[in-house]
Amino acid sequence: MKRKIRLASITAALLGLLVMNASAMHIAEGYLPGGWCIAWYAVCIPFVVAGFWAIKKRVSANPKTVTLLAMCGAFAFVLSALKIPSVTGSCSHPTGVGLGAILFGPLVMAVLGLVVLLFQAILLAHGGITTLGANVFSMAIVGPFVSYGIYRLCKKFGVPAAVGVFLAAFLGDLLTYVTTAFEMAFAHNSVGFVESLTTFLGIFAVTQLPLAIAEGLLTVVVFNVLQKYSTTELRDLRVL
Amino acid sequence: MTKSIWKKNVLLIVLVIILAVIPLYLCKDAEFGGADGEAMDAISEIDPSYQSWAEPLLEPKSGEIESLLFALQAAIGAGVVGFVLGRITKGGGEPKAQPEKK
Repeated sequence: MKRKIRLASITAALLGLLVMNASAMHIAEGYLPGGWCIAWYAVCIPFVVAGFWAIKKRVSANPKTVTLLAMCGAFAFVLSALKIPSVTGSCSHPTGVGLGAILFGPLVMAVLGLVVLLFQAILLAHGGITTLGANVFSMAIVGPFVSYGIYRLCKKFGVPAAVGVFLAAFLGDLLTYVTTAFEMAFAHNSVGFVESLTTFLGIFAVTQLPLAIAEGLLTVVVFNVLQKYSTTELRDLRVL
Repeated sequence: MTKSIWKKNVLLIVLVIILAVIPLYLCKDAEFGGADGEAMDAISEIDPSYQSWAEPLLEPKSGEIESLLFALQAAIGAGVVGFVLGRITKGGGEPKAQPEKK
């Protein structure tokens, strides 16, 4: 029975990956010069490789956590499907990677984020294969590391778990987009780096502010339930 | 105790909805296009000579098909999240399902 449930959740998670798509945040196909594309790929490879090991280690240490892992992946799918209007008059969407990073650590999300971005790029023409490295770096590496770091810091200083989760998801989401703005400004700055960075921060980071708050709140919603009903798992994962 | 968690969560979700609705009133004339599209426009201003050098492999044939894929994505994701949360909160004899229900 237990096995059946595990199978069902893995299958469902994989199905989710297949239609994963789209977003208003990723750098579009062909919009970074070749040199930068290669550079960002190179930066990401060690994280992704380490991420595969991290998942393997997590699952072999406690196979029961697979269900939670599947849910973290699914949470990211839902959130990245939600294109929400923002105060700048344009739309963007949350990333949803904060929850997984808090529960399983940032390296695990490097792999999940990569899979998500890969399918988006291939099936839905969002993001791109050439810009995959840069997008993985912002969404699947910087975001999760920020979320994880903030949550750990909050825990260390005795901040209530729900507040820590909110701050972690909020800042992880926001800094993902700040990173995207930097990546764009590094590559396109003939008007001057600072000016270009300001432009891209205005487009990505300001738009993202209310959405990052929304992501923080939604992550707390799920966390509240886990904290109450999955206390043992969270303790095993050293989240609580 | 159980009730308070659901109350809290409903409140949080209402807050999210308010956050999403406010911009519609704040920027009445805005188009609410994607931020990635705006970034492409910004590049053509900053770097007019820059040409995109790659094209997406596949593109959804129309806005309708794209929204179908979006809806599917959200539905499947929400299904999995709901399924797992349902197991966790309902228990039902699974050893993992109800660790410390009080």
